[in-house]
Amino acid sequence: MIPSSFDYTAPSSLDEALKLLRDLGDEAKILAGGHSLIPMMKLRFAEPEHLIDLNNVSELSYLKIDGDMLKIGAMTREVETEESTDVARYFPIFADVAKLIADPQVRNFGTLGGNLAHGDAANDQPAVMLALNASVEIAGLNGRRTVGIDDFFYGFYATAVQEGEILTEISIPIPKGRSGNAYHKVERKVGDYATGGVAVHLEFDEQGICSKAGIGLTNVNPTPMRAVRSEAALVGTILNDEAIASAAQYASEDCNPSSDLRGDVDYKRHIIRAVTKKMINKAKQRAFNN
Amino acid sequence: MKKEIKLKINGEEFTEQVEPRTLLVHFIRENIGMTGTHIGCDTSSCGACTILIDGKSAKSCTLLAVQADGKEITTVEGIATTEGVHPIQEGFKENHGLHCGFCTPGMMLRAIELLEKNPDPTEEEIRWGISGNLCRCTGYNNIVKSIKYAGAKLRGDELPSTEPEFVE
Repeated sequence: MIPSSFDYTAPSSLDEALKLLRDLGDEAKILAGGHSLIPMMKLRFAEPEHLIDLNNVSELSYLKIDGDMLKIGAMTREVETEESTDVARYFPIFADVAKLIADPQVRNFGTLGGNLAHGDAANDQPAVMLALNASVEIAGLNGRRTVGIDDFFYGFYATAVQEGEILTEISIPIPKGRSGNAYHKVERKVGDYATGGVAVHLEFDEQGICSKAGIGLTNVNPTPMRAVRSEAALVGTILNDEAIASAAQYASEDCNPSSDLRGDVDYKRHIIRAVTKKMINKAKQRAFNN
Repeated sequence: MKKEIKLKINGEEFTEQVEPRTLLVHFIRENIGMTGTHIGCDTSSCGACTILIDGKSAKSCTLLAVQADGKEITTVEGIATTEGVHPIQEGFKENHGLHCGFCTPGMMLRAIELLEKNPDPTEEEIRWGISGNLCRCTGYNNIVKSIKYAGAKLRGDELPSTEPEFVE
């Protein structure tokens, strides 16, 4: 399948890309890794008249620790987050999630920024970003603004990135004390979207009491979903079996899955309960083994 | 609205005019005439179209030819040298790593990057490493053996046995 005709520009700076976006208006679409957009264009689900390719904008590709934040440029490839030792030190969750995103060839091109800006609740990184309490920087010709991840996902393929804007950076707070995180999704086969997926990030005080909990759910709600009651069930506890069971139960009750070829609603709620429990235990284990 | 692109394929320079919507795999097969890169699913699932772009394995059915401007591409036609076949080709030959051969070019190009990053992978790492390449004939066991063999050859280690394993 070949996409319908379009024009193509590959600017080499963010400023140039923003000016093109202003001049072309909504006829233009941003191309990041392209592994969601190009398949959609082949199927004619998307028919942009102009593609602005960010792959030559090297200023958007970096991974760095800046004070108490991990900063990731929007064009950083999934494979780079998977293999970075800086990332792995605090966030083994990135290796968990990357391994489950499509396959190695796709991760060589797919970007973290593209994964989020696509606004698909079936993507895996949004749940991870919710768990890690990330924030997102969005640039326009009038300047840059920062949006918390809870205010980023609007709906199906809709995010806080508005016309004339480009997502530029993802910031993740680096945990200070003891912490652990983990992600898993149930998938029918490699490369499939999640039947259900759960991201968990936990922080503990010196007494071993859970001081922060972040839990994000994949593909069981119209938008990527934070499991608010589950988080609250963990904070202030030592994560005994009872607290973990309540958190898992709340996640399964609060999500809103739909029945499809991957399973019916009850099955998906069951998956969420089981995986939430597993990921809390895994994150806890990682926190206390470091 | 054709665009001019300049790129290297298997060390040879090409300057071509392409429509932005031309997929890289079609460009390689039809404009350049190298048909060793296959089109399987055309949906970036099967990996038959895998090539290397600046050394990174990529699915050329999901990239535009214009995105390869200024890049160096390696296809299956470019991996053997005047001295002989590439160790990965030898691995597939010695271990019966193919039946129909349709997935083989993509498998080998993917394996080359895998072995470059991880010269001595475990069986599990190989299986995850080729999780984006489908084979409908072999059941993968001989492909895993082929990649192990190529790894040993590239490291200069003793080559593993190529005898078939029988399951009781």
